[in-house]
Amino acid sequence: MLTKKGLKSPGYLKTGTTIVGLIFENGVILGADTRATEGPIVADKNCEKIHYMAPNIYCCGAGTAADTEAVTDNISSQLKLHRYHTGRESRVVTALTLLKSHLFRYQGHVSAALVLGGVDVTGPHLHTIYPHGSTDTLPFATMGSGSLAAMAIFESEYREGLTRDEGVNLVTKAICSGIFNDLGSGSNVDVCVIEKGKKEYLRNHLTPNPRTYISSKGYTFSKKTEVLLTKITPLKELVDVVQVGGDAMEE
Amino acid sequence: MSIFEYNGSALVAMVGKNCFAIASDRRLGVQLQTIATDFQRIFKIHNKLFLGLSGLGSDAQTLHQRLVFRHKLYQLREERDMKPETFASLVSAMLYEKRFGPYFCQPVIAGLGEDDKPFICTMDSIGAKELAKDFVVAGTASESLYGACESMFKADMDHEELFETISQALISSVDRDCLSGWGGHVYVVTPDEVTERILKGRMD
Repeated sequence: MLTKKGLKSPGYLKTGTTIVGLIFENGVILGADTRATEGPIVADKNCEKIHYMAPNIYCCGAGTAADTEAVTDNISSQLKLHRYHTGRESRVVTALTLLKSHLFRYQGHVSAALVLGGVDVTGPHLHTIYPHGSTDTLPFATMGSGSLAAMAIFESEYREGLTRDEGVNLVTKAICSGIFNDLGSGSNVDVCVIEKGKKEYLRNHLTPNPRTYISSKGYTFSKKTEVLLTKITPLKELVDVVQVGGDAMEE
Repeated sequence: MSIFEYNGSALVAMVGKNCFAIASDRRLGVQLQTIATDFQRIFKIHNKLFLGLSGLGSDAQTLHQRLVFRHKLYQLREERDMKPETFASLVSAMLYEKRFGPYFCQPVIAGLGEDDKPFICTMDSIGAKELAKDFVVAGTASESLYGACESMFKADMDHEELFETISQALISSVDRDCLSGWGGHVYVVTPDEVTERILKGRMD
C-alpha cells in the first residue's frame, strides 16, 4: 500500500551469490561464495551460505539472506522433530518436500533459491528449489546471480563418476568463475563434501581475495577527539574488607 | 525518500582486545529539519550487552521496549543475563516475525560473552544476521562508515586506542552525511567498567 504512494521499500540484505552442487562417485559436494550485498555495497565479506539441515543434508541458499536463513532453520528443526518421531536418519526428499511446500505457500514472496544436497539410505541426492516452490533433480546444479558463470564450467567439465578430489576441484573452479566474473559474488569459496556416513564442511576452502597492501603502521590520529562528557560505571564492585577485632568464631 | 532516511542515523560497533565499543550520532530529524540533538540510539540491555537501533526513530524505541520486556522475562525465568549470541538470535526472530510488514530498523548488537569475549553483530530490517569479527555499521551514514572503518580498524586494540579509532571513524563519516551528526555518543565496555562519552562534532 505504501509503495503505491511512492515509498521506496528498504533494501534487504541479499546474497548476490554463486551456489553450486554436484554428485560424485561417493556422494554430494556443495559449494558457495561468501559475499552478502546490500544494494551495491558489500555488507559481509565472509558470510556462510551453506546451511545445516541434518547431519547428512546441507543446503546452499541464494536470494534474500533473512529468508534463506529462516526457511533452512525452520525446516531443519522440523527434520529434527521428525527424526525423533520416526527414529530414522532424515531423507533428502523429506527436506525437499518440506521446503517446497513452505515456499509454494508463500507464493514466491519468501525469496529463497536453494541447492539442497545430501546422502541418505537411498543414495546421494541433489535438488534445486526455486522461490515459487518448483524443484529440479539434477546431477549438477548452480543457482544465484553467478549461476551462468558456474554452469559454464560445469557444462564443459562435468562427467559421471568423479573422484572426491576431482569433484572438489571442479566445484572450487565453478565458484571461482562466479567470484571473478559476477559482481554479486565474491570473497572466499566454501565447500561441503557429504558422503555415506560422513561429512566435511570446508569453511573458506579457498581464499583468493586477501586484503592487499595493508599498512603496517596503521592509522595515527594527531588531533584527539574532543570529549564533552565522560561517565565511568564500574562493573565490578570494589569491596572493602574490614577486620573486626577478635576471632571469627567469637560472638 | 526511503523510510530509513526519514530520521537519519549512524551506528558503528568495533571489537578490541577483551573490549568492545559502540557509537552513534545524536541527531533526530524529520527529513531535513532537525528536531533533537540528544537522541538516544544505544540502549543498555544489561551491564555487558548494548543494543543500537538505527533507522526509523519510533520503531527503534518500540523495538527497544519489546526487547527489554523479553529480556526481563528471561532474567526472571533463567535467573541470569542473556548471552549476546542468544540476544542476537532473539532480535533476529522478532524481526523475521514481521517479514511482510517489518520494523524499519537496523539493529547493532554488541556485548561481552562467555569469558568476556567481545561479540558484535548487525542485521537488516528483517533479521538477517551478520556476525563480524572486526566492525559493524548501520544507518544513513553506513557507506562512509564502511570506508572509514575498513581503513582505520586494527585488530586487538586496547580500550584507549579503540575509543579514539571508533570516534574518528564516526565523526569523519557523519560529517559526510546530511542526515546524521550533531555530536557522538560512545560507549567503551571492558570487563571492569563501562565508559560513556559524549563527543563534540560539527553542529550542522
